[in-house]
Amino acid sequence: MRALDRKLLRDLWQIKGQGLAIALVIGAGLAMFIAYLSNFDSLRRTQEAYYEHQRFGDVFARLKRAPRSLEPRLALLPGVAQADARVVVDVTLDLPQYDEPITGRLISMPVPRRPVLNDVYLRQGRFLDPGRSDEILLSEGFAEAHGLGPGDRLAAVINGRRRNLEIAGIALSPEYVYSVPPGELIPDDARFAIMWMERRALAAAYDMEGGFNDVSLRLSPGASADEAIARLDRLLEPYGGLGAYPRALQFSHWTLDMELTGLQTVGLILPVIFLAVAAFLLNVVLTRIVTVQREQIAALKALGYADREIGWHYVQWALLIALAGSAVGLAGGVWIGRGMSAIYNDFYRFPVLEYHLAPELVLGALVISQLGAVLGAQSAVRRAVSLPPAEAMRPEPPARYRPSVVERLGLKRWLTQPARMVLRNVERQPGRALASVVGIAFAAAMMVVGLFFVDAIDELLDVQFNVVQRQDVTVTFAEPRSARAFDELARLPGVLQLEPLRAVPARLRFGHRSRQVTVTGLRSRPQLNRVVDASLKPRRLPAEGLVISAKLARLLAIEVGDVVSLEVLEGARPVRRAVVSELVDEYMGLSVYMEIGALRRLMREGGTLSGAYLEIDEAAGGELYRRLKAAPAVVGVGIASATLQSFRDTLAQNILLMVFFNLLFAGTIACGVVYNAARVALSERSRELASLRVMGFTRGEISAILLGELAALTLLAIPLGLVMGYGLAALTTMAYDTELYRFPLVVSPRTYAAAALTVIGASVASGMIVRRKLDHLDLVAVLKTHE
Amino acid sequence: MKAETSSDRGATPPAGGGQAAVFVARGITKLYHMGEVTVEALRGVDLELYESELVVLLGPSGSGKSTLLNILGGLDVPTAGSVVYRGEELTAAGDRVLTRYRRLHVGFVFQFYNLIPSLTARENVALTTEIVPHPMPPEEALDMVELGDRLDHFPAQLSGGEQQRVAIARAIAKRPDVLLCDEPTGALDIKTGIVVLEALARINRELGTTTAVITHNAAIARMADRVVRLADGRIVRLERNADKLAPHQLSW
Ligand SMILES: Nc1ncnc2c1ncn2[C@@H]1O[C@H](COP(=O)(O)OP(=O)(O)OP(=O)(O)O)[C@@H](O)[C@H]1O
Ligand SMILES: [Mg+2]
Repeated sequence: MRALDRKLLRDLWQIKGQGLAIALVIGAGLAMFIAYLSNFDSLRRTQEAYYEHQRFGDVFARLKRAPRSLEPRLALLPGVAQADARVVVDVTLDLPQYDEPITGRLISMPVPRRPVLNDVYLRQGRFLDPGRSDEILLSEGFAEAHGLGPGDRLAAVINGRRRNLEIAGIALSPEYVYSVPPGELIPDDARFAIMWMERRALAAAYDMEGGFNDVSLRLSPGASADEAIARLDRLLEPYGGLGAYPRALQFSHWTLDMELTGLQTVGLILPVIFLAVAAFLLNVVLTRIVTVQREQIAALKALGYADREIGWHYVQWALLIALAGSAVGLAGGVWIGRGMSAIYNDFYRFPVLEYHLAPELVLGALVISQLGAVLGAQSAVRRAVSLPPAEAMRPEPPARYRPSVVERLGLKRWLTQPARMVLRNVERQPGRALASVVGIAFAAAMMVVGLFFVDAIDELLDVQFNVVQRQDVTVTFAEPRSARAFDELARLPGVLQLEPLRAVPARLRFGHRSRQVTVTGLRSRPQLNRVVDASLKPRRLPAEGLVISAKLARLLAIEVGDVVSLEVLEGARPVRRAVVSELVDEYMGLSVYMEIGALRRLMREGGTLSGAYLEIDEAAGGELYRRLKAAPAVVGVGIASATLQSFRDTLAQNILLMVFFNLLFAGTIACGVVYNAARVALSERSRELASLRVMGFTRGEISAILLGELAALTLLAIPLGLVMGYGLAALTTMAYDTELYRFPLVVSPRTYAAAALTVIGASVASGMIVRRKLDHLDLVAVLKTHE
Repeated sequence: MKAETSSDRGATPPAGGGQAAVFVARGITKLYHMGEVTVEALRGVDLELYESELVVLLGPSGSGKSTLLNILGGLDVPTAGSVVYRGEELTAAGDRVLTRYRRLHVGFVFQFYNLIPSLTARENVALTTEIVPHPMPPEEALDMVELGDRLDHFPAQLSGGEQQRVAIARAIAKRPDVLLCDEPTGALDIKTGIVVLEALARINRELGTTTAVITHNAAIARMADRVVRLADGRIVRLERNADKLAPHQLSW
């Protein structure tokens, strides 16, 4: 090994604490890079392979009923490669241990053939036998949640008749990688079953023999989805088509895609922040090293070492630290990545979600960390290179200090001597102090953003379930029903309050823009399911006209007072015009509301309702649910508390993990910045501090000078970090402003406190290490060293 | 006035030493601009250094000794004037040429040793031997300064005199053509200083290396072939020692 390389290794060992702190910051950044992007990659590969293998559709549509003779025409539509027509119906399930009815979705299967599109993946058991009308394949999530397996039986209310279905196999479908019960907002494996049944048996039960009510298309390569959708809509129009939609809007796919985009964005942005902080730290440390080694550099130059060799020597410091960081980052990234992958396995139903770490990703991580290191090192290296050798032979002139601003403002007599030293020192290198403050602030900001998700979800759930949906139960009918159904519901035991709901599927058109929506008819001042805007004020629905969500208004460029056309997608499919009376700013969905009376007038109908919201007496719940289960007209019964609880449980463990990682990463940054600031300050000023000790200052007093500086930086950084965190949270809400939901921008005091405490904790820990060094300051050695 | 006389004398080859001039410096001026003030560190110095001679540079603090030595060694460039090393113009040379020149031809010894603290004696010497053709082995160089038994000691484990001898070993291990020493004994006591000077004299004698030594100490001048006295950026006197002494004969 060359002597210069030995110097490198030994010198690095000398600053191992600082080197490690920087390596950890780099490591944290790379860990996120690897963890997020490897999961992005794994999910996408899995998704693509799954879609391909199971022939997932490109375009989907539901309709009332079309004759099977129409089927061949679907595949003949221009741009369509394959078409599949099915019967899909929602039923209620009767599980012994559950009082309440549970939603099941029955999907027809061509037995013994396999579906043309959206084929299932058989996890367990076997496919359906022909001629067995009571056999089903059951979705894995539901089967797991209830401990069901092949051979077990499941009772369903099919078209008013209770049927015992036998589970032939457990299956997965690309359509339901992620699923939520119909009409719900959050997933609940225990309350939503997807079942595949022989087509003939299912069709017979629902009067669908010779017909279908669900279409999937696969497009030829390069074909336009929009054109296919338009053609399909025209074709299905006479048969009660509910409007076709592309894969991008298919719920499961949409959710997965959102997650993928999120992974990619976060996986690219966060590492950049970490590497920037690491580059700054490398810069500070190396600049200090070059200053300390001024005379060594001069000697090397005098010995005839070329600038290139000296520059490379100092670049290597940075590269080796980054290499150590890469090792930490790789190991950590794979560990976290696998953990995330396990969480995704809980959330998404894939046949196999294999964790895949692409070699390119590892290579990419190495390259960006090395690049970051070089970038961080370059100004220090340039200083080393440009140091005139003759100049370097003489000691560096004393640093220029001047009275600080505070002192110049005439506050001098209020400052103790150590406080003056702290102030002057901070002011002498304002750039460095500022960068340290920003670095520490980033740590606080990271914490805020990380925890903000928890706050936002909490707020979202709170608003949704305590302010908006105050009903205990939502009953949905398979078909709109007359006013009598309302009276029947009112007579059910335990019903304390009841409000009707009229939901009309329609295409809302304004100018050349249109969107498929559901017009929700509610009472003018509902007590249960209310219309609430972002400021949480319940809104009163006007006697006439539509109230639409601000998001929808933006999408369709609608303003209050505009008249839009509503192409109703049920019944006789009338086309009506309605005025937009008000906008409402909501967190969830693209909503269209109307006072129920006004909606009924618009539809020219009497007391029709699509469902109802119930407030119930929990004591009578059992009997009520039993009656609902048996009611053939009821397809959905949503129970707020149950849904919420199961979601909170799933979320809780993942949030805990997320908080832990955030703490780890934010702590790493904070420690890295504070510790390095402290060590560099100590290195720069050990002579000065040692002189003070010789003069009789106590350890406590000299510590106050150095640690006071750190405390000042930390205290400046915290408010800045909290503000930055809020800003990042605001950016996040913008990034997640989707059509289905958006995040409320709320940051709880708890989050701010946690962020501030993390940073303070990291500072105190770093301060304590430095304090120990100070206590062991070797006075003689420090003063003797010639610098 | 004095400068002219001295340059006249300096031009004549010395009787005892080698014949050819290794360095020919003409009209060297070095100005330092410090804001408003301009410091004239050297004001037109003419000087020759000859093959194998040992020259001592004497002068009060601030007289320009280090500046002159740094220019001769290619560490610095003059504001005006020229330095020719074995027929090669140094003053016009770029940084690459100067680096190569220092690397292949010059050995430096500094007042504060400038050893690399994280390298042992042997490794500090290896620092030079690794980058030049035909060096002597580090062990041999350290033997020449009588440190053959301290090869694996770090600078912090060596006394000042020993550190300075490591620095000398490091300078001579490349078998330099010239050895330039800036106050090599400045930080040392008499006894240790003499040991260091012995090492320098021995190398000058045995390897025939042209050697220039800066010192504040007039007594040291008696071991030189020639003595150059500077004051105020000018050469004020050039003397040849009729009978030069061995370092151990010096006293101060
Ligand atoms: N980099 C510099 N910037 C400004 N002035 C300088 C610089 N280097 C040297 N000088 C000035 O040039 C003059 C000569 O300096 P030099 O170091 O050559 O003196 P010296 O004879 O070696 O003194 P000493 O015996 O104290 O080492 C001094 O006045 C010094 O202040
Ligand atoms: Mg000097």
